[in-house]
Amino acid sequence: MAALDVQVVAVDHAVWSGEAKALTGRTVDGDIGILPGHTPVLALLAEGELTIEPVAGGPVRAHVKGGFFSVDDDKVTIVADEADIQS
Amino acid sequence: MGAQIRVYRDKIRSTSSMKKIFKAMELIATARVGKARSRAQASTPYAEAITRAVAAVAAQDDIDHVLTEKVAQPQRAAVLIMASDRGLAGAYSTNVIKQSESLLATLKDQGVEARPYLYGRKAQAFYDFRSREYDQVWTGNTDNPVVTVGQEIGKTLVDRFIQPTEEGGVDEIYLVYTEFQSMVTQEPVVKRLLPLAVVEADEPAAHPLYEFEPSAEEVLDALLPKYIESRIFSAMLEASASELAARQRAMKSAGDNANDLILKYTLLRNNARQAEITQELSELIAGADALASS
Repeated sequence: MAALDVQVVAVDHAVWSGEAKALTGRTVDGDIGILPGHTPVLALLAEGELTIEPVAGGPVRAHVKGGFFSVDDDKVTIVADEADIQS
Repeated sequence: MGAQIRVYRDKIRSTSSMKKIFKAMELIATARVGKARSRAQASTPYAEAITRAVAAVAAQDDIDHVLTEKVAQPQRAAVLIMASDRGLAGAYSTNVIKQSESLLATLKDQGVEARPYLYGRKAQAFYDFRSREYDQVWTGNTDNPVVTVGQEIGKTLVDRFIQPTEEGGVDEIYLVYTEFQSMVTQEPVVKRLLPLAVVEADEPAAHPLYEFEPSAEEVLDALLPKYIESRIFSAMLEASASELAARQRAMKSAGDNANDLILKYTLLRNNARQAEITQELSELIAGADALASS
């Protein structure tokens, strides 16, 4: 199965990047789940949890605030004003 | 001891203590320029991502947005000038200010009223000394920029841009800062931030057709100010790296000059000492001769 190429960046640093099976985030319209093969989307992020399920290892959770989120050809870029990985 | 020797000795002493200071400042600048560069690099993924997104949205040209519309006859322009807080960086601030002066002159020729916005105490001092007006100034931390200041500057400028021209708003926003090309070359540059000419379009017209959430207009509303903020913040980071590199170079040549001075004074001091010895000897010999012949 194809994997998502995920990049999470905050204003002044890259937060997380890697391959993932799926991810869920919260946009201003509500939660959105992304699986490989998703149609291109550009959405605004609301404050909330972002959960990434990496190809290997357990889920990665991050708290993000503000910013946006783009999906394009299995490349997912999450651009947040603030993003903290929670262990 | 001869007065001349003492003068030279004092000069040598003060020059060598200055040399130590220059050396220390050079080392500090060297250490920090690396950090500033990696900060500038760390912010590029964000800047790239946001540029790509803005280019993608702006490419859907059925969208009209305040921030992308070009006014036919611009009347007022905001100019953000990024200088440093501290001196001792060679011609760093002077070069930026010179560049901004020529931009201001060009704008004036075009009949555009320029509103300067300043960043860095050196720019402020330049304007204050000449009793020239400016709209706003931000100082502190030019060598270690803070995200929030970048956001504040961005917000101020975007707000001013959205304001109608009749109420004092601006039609264009320019940014003057120093581009970091390498450790030895830093070039002052002028960039137009608004109206938008989305830069760095690597793959033109290859943008996918995005679905927007909630809507294209709202996405653009939220994206553009962020894009401007990110452009300003990356300019701040680049300017800080340039400032530190300029300071390092200035301090290096100051240290070299101090070395030259020390060598020169040492030579003069030795000359003076030798002259004194010669004089004392000839006085002694002349005295002995005078005694012997009497």
